[in-house]
Parts: sequence; C-alpha cells; structure tokens
Amino acid sequence: MRWYWIDRFIEFESGRRARAVKAISLAEEHLHDHFADYPTMPAALVIEGIAQTGGLLVCEFGQFTEKVVLAKIAKARFYAEAVPGDVLVYTAEIEYVKKDGAMVIGTAHRGDELFAEMELVFAHLSEGHESRTLFEPKTFLKMMRMLGAFEVGRAADGSRLLEPIHLADA
Amino acid sequence: MATQEEVYEKIKESLVDALGVDEDEVTPEATLVGDLGAESIDFLDIVFRLEKAFKISIPRGELFPEDILTNAEYIKDGKMTEAGVAELRRRMPFANLDGFEKNPVVQDFGNLLTVADMCRFVESKLGAAG
Repeated sequence: MRWYWIDRFIEFESGRRARAVKAISLAEEHLHDHFADYPTMPAALVIEGIAQTGGLLVCEFGQFTEKVVLAKIAKARFYAEAVPGDVLVYTAEIEYVKKDGAMVIGTAHRGDELFAEMELVFAHLSEGHESRTLFEPKTFLKMMRMLGAFEVGRAADGSRLLEPIHLADA
Repeated sequence: MATQEEVYEKIKESLVDALGVDEDEVTPEATLVGDLGAESIDFLDIVFRLEKAFKISIPRGELFPEDILTNAEYIKDGKMTEAGVAELRRRMPFANLDGFEKNPVVQDFGNLLTVADMCRFVESKLGAAG
C-alpha cells in the first residue's frame, strides 16, 4: 500500500490554500480492517489526507527547503461517517506560517455537507536534524506532479505555479 | 494598550484552544506543563496563538529558553550552575525563579512556567512594542 491519502489537487494557491479530492473505494484494504464487515473510512486517515493537503501547501510555501512534519492535531471534529463511493473534498488553509512551523485549518466536505473540521500544527525540523533527509527532492516533485498540483496551481501573484527548478535538478 | 485583564483573557483563550483544557482550569497559578498538561510541541502552538492574538512576534527561545537548558556550559550533574540560573534570570525576567534556584534540577524546569508568568511575558512584549 502506498501512503497517498489524497487522489488529486483541484486547487493549489501558493501560501494560502489547497483543495484535494479523496475518492473512497471498496478496493482499499484498510476499509476491511477497520471494523469487520462495516467498511468505513477511518477518521485518522481523513486527518492524514488533510495533513497531506496542508503539508504540501506549507512545503511549497517554503520552496520545499524545510522539513515539514505534522506535529500536532490541535482540534478535530467529525460529523459523519464516510463509506465506499463517497468523494471527500479536503480544504487546507494556512492560518499562520513562520520560521518554526505553520498552522493549517482543514475541512472535509461530502458534497455540501461539512464532514469534518480540524486545526493542524506543522513543525519545521531544522536545528539538530540537518543530517536527516525525510524525502528526496525528486520524491516531492513526483508527488506534486502525480497529484496534479502544477496543473491547477497558482503562485501568490496569480500566475501559473511552476515546478521548482532546484527540485528537478536535485 | 491592552489592560492586564484583557491580556489574561486572551491568554486563557489561547491556552484553552491549544491545550484542550477547560476555562476554569486556567488560573494565574497553574503551571503550563504540570497543571495544564502542555507538551513541548504545544509551546509552538501556544506561541502561534499568542502572536496572532496580540499581534506580536515571539522569536524561538524567548518564552522557553531551550538553548540555555541544553547548553552543557550551564549544566552540572543534571542541575543548572549559578551562571546558568543567572542567564535564565536575564532572559526570563517575567518568570519567578526563586523556587527553582534553591534546587535547580534541569528536568524540573519545564514545570516552572505559570499562566501568570506568561501574562507578564506578553505584557512586557506589549510594553516594549508600545
């Protein structure tokens, strides 16, 4: 199993917000392991999907030079269950970003219905962690491409979001 | 400039949101770590919320000087040296370090900071900015 908990970006506005789609399929292994014979999407994996949406947004804001990790789920509320066939739309908005990390407000919607909302805190690993590489730069580029970030992405000035040259060269 | 009460109320709100504690648990004497259950990563969250609530900038290490606490120069046998305590006092004029100084076990330091200390810290930042 690959650790992708979003399928595609549908909006990616640098430094501000990103929206991504997660389509839930009965073929996904985890649905069968969560509750026997009652396939539902685990809430923790919805959080992970929103964290991937917001985490990549924060990474892109720092031009993929910071090591961004999900440090804390400050709040999370779920209002429904998601089942195979549902399509969730995750929205991550940067509430705050600074040298040490960022805070992201996340929501999940199923159609017009608010499915979940949360506050996520991301930390930038830096001092003392320089020698540890979490992801190869090319991995980020591949992920962003596969998720369609550059197809829908916009830079802060509204122009098309370009692939960071330093990632392609790495 | 915000009054002491306004500062206290905003700090209380930030701590309730960051730590998931009840409002009545947040008292001036409550310690952030011991009484309110703050963990190290919560300080990042708390600092975000204070910066936003008061429109101030809190550089890393200003509220919680982790650089002093991990500096081998200031630590001997798990305790802060006199020079270390002096440096803490210089960097943290808002905190009451009298009790800590009597038995300055580094490990106990995390449980020192109270809500009242945090109010004094924010007030000093607001005073400096004003």
